[in-house]
Amino acid sequence: MTAAWLTAFLGRLSLREVPVQEEPASGLAPAHLLTVRAEDWGHLAHEAKNWECRWVGAWGEDNGEALLVNACFEREGVYLVARTQVPYTAPALASHTPNFAAANRPERHMQDMLGILFTDHPDARRWTRHRAWKKTEHPLRRNFPAAGNPPAQTPPNDNYRFLFAHGSGVYEIPVGPVHAGIIEPGHFRFQAVGETILNLEERLGYVHKGIEKIAEGRDAAALARLAGRVSGDSTVAHAWAACMAMEKAAATEIPPRALALRAIMAERERVANHLGDIGAICNDVAFSFAFYQYGRLREVWQRVSREAFGHRFMMDRIVPGGVSADLDDQAANAMKRQIASLRQEVATLSNIINDLPSIEDRLDTTGYLGPETARAFGALGYVGRASGMPFDVRKDAPYAPYTRFSVEVPVFKYGDVAARVKVREQEILESFRLIEKLMEDLPPGPIRTDWKPAPAGAEGLGFIEGFRGEILAYVRFGENGRIARYFPRDPSWLTWPTLEKLVRDNIVPDFPVCNKSVNGSYSGHDL
Amino acid sequence: MLRILGKIQRIGIVTERLPKIDEPALEEVGAQIKAKLGQMFNGSLAIREVDAGSCNGCELEIHALNNPYYGIERYGVHFVASPRHADMLLVTGPVSRHMEAALRRTYDATPEPKLVIAVGECGANGGEFGVSYASCGAVANVIPVDAVIRGCPPTPLDLMRGILQAIEGLPGRK
Repeated sequence: MTAAWLTAFLGRLSLREVPVQEEPASGLAPAHLLTVRAEDWGHLAHEAKNWECRWVGAWGEDNGEALLVNACFEREGVYLVARTQVPYTAPALASHTPNFAAANRPERHMQDMLGILFTDHPDARRWTRHRAWKKTEHPLRRNFPAAGNPPAQTPPNDNYRFLFAHGSGVYEIPVGPVHAGIIEPGHFRFQAVGETILNLEERLGYVHKGIEKIAEGRDAAALARLAGRVSGDSTVAHAWAACMAMEKAAATEIPPRALALRAIMAERERVANHLGDIGAICNDVAFSFAFYQYGRLREVWQRVSREAFGHRFMMDRIVPGGVSADLDDQAANAMKRQIASLRQEVATLSNIINDLPSIEDRLDTTGYLGPETARAFGALGYVGRASGMPFDVRKDAPYAPYTRFSVEVPVFKYGDVAARVKVREQEILESFRLIEKLMEDLPPGPIRTDWKPAPAGAEGLGFIEGFRGEILAYVRFGENGRIARYFPRDPSWLTWPTLEKLVRDNIVPDFPVCNKSVNGSYSGHDL
Repeated sequence: MLRILGKIQRIGIVTERLPKIDEPALEEVGAQIKAKLGQMFNGSLAIREVDAGSCNGCELEIHALNNPYYGIERYGVHFVASPRHADMLLVTGPVSRHMEAALRRTYDATPEPKLVIAVGECGANGGEFGVSYASCGAVANVIPVDAVIRGCPPTPLDLMRGILQAIEGLPGRK
């Protein structure tokens, strides 16, 4: 079944004499696969923009003969993967960035990792590459060994050309990569006048661990472990997305009980992160009462996760073919009791935060992200939802077991820190409801099926709603059931750039709370 | 305001007192830390945490040390913003090559005498990431390490035990 807009979209492309080929896409389904000529790559993005598609992600692949480039779009819950290829000799392609601001960093990442030149890209600077490998080396090319050829000591990332502002009273604040708190590393460069931020430029890439490269040659189980460490706080969601992609490639059916358990774990992960983050946001405006209260709730929540699934973060509990830990009655009852008491506690705390004038003063109108900017960047999760972007994979492109339930997605228009807190508060309550529902009719039976390796060349695509928003995972198998390509796209790729916009005209002391309200993952972004 | 005070009073102190059945008591580890810090660090140990390339799992558990259950500050351990103020570096992650220079500089900026603890499987041996074009692997491959806390990620109690062992292992220090 093809969506109406997609049929019309394809018709429009052919009117413009852009030949596209719709390919059968077994592993990518329900996403549609389209191949286009390299010279039409830019036209495709232009047309997708006209059709108000959301730009989802892009990734490249060295298939041994040429460089494949994929871009993914979404509209009305229908995903479209466009694919083209460029030769090794002149790997150049039109950029999607002029049409979709979100494509900026991913294309620069591809340029660093595969050596593809995006000809009309507005920003030619390197992104992922600092100094660990040479400009002429491209880690995702086949001839580049995973061990690489690194210098004895990697020099610091100096000589990056930051945007420069000057004028009377303008000064610059460099922050990081080592930050003052217990937090991941990255660099921020502020230009400010007095207390007001004129501009913020993020320079990330410090935690680049070569995840895409070291995934190559792994078996399915080892890839699931690696996926669970793309971003530690989203270990369930990333492992699920990778497993979903592999399972689609291998056409493996998952037992219904395993699906329900995966969803319970994913909802528990969402709740844990929201609890911790709301507390941390309050802490950033010096309201330590809430910091300790939410910290307490997060701790008791994690303890029950451990009781139920054997790990405080439920790491390595999602495996190809199912899950590795079953839920017994005792733990299920503990979960039910905990939800009953936390529902009350969270409501009380929310009321306190939402009624306190001193909190209102710090959070309302702070870090405003307008709906148009949110749309331009394709903001996801609570960042998007606080600015009127309702997209949620669980509701708009549901996957099992969410096909059985309706998911309530809170949406606000105010776009400030307070709205992002409110989205999270409501998502916690919704997750409570979903966990209860999932446990109510938990299907009996096995929790995993035997893993049968996928044939060489088989590809799969997984979409999971993580706590930050939609996670995309692409997998292609090579010989002997080994991974030839793994690409995870954390929602942080799309929400990090919004931070640069939403802090403008705020005061420097409000940066931490703006940052925390977005809470981009460094590890998931730098890969 | 009354609601806040009411909530505080109703919740009371949740800091853990009773030992878990299958693990040595948090209080016990805490008391030992406090006693050792009294002898060796004048009662206070300042830690600078450095993420040198982790997935953020270890950071979340290190954060948990400051929640009201563990409340590690009550034993004299606190986290500081600058390496200049630190007695100890708690380093996580397979050191990414892009963080290599920053980690060396942070180490150099920490005054002597200093202790370095590598945290997590990645910090211990590179973990799931190992050594590659992008990561140096174990923290010890980049800066001298005095102690290692294993786990993926180590639980808050594991972290407390590891900190205790590291200061216990200090020879002839007063």
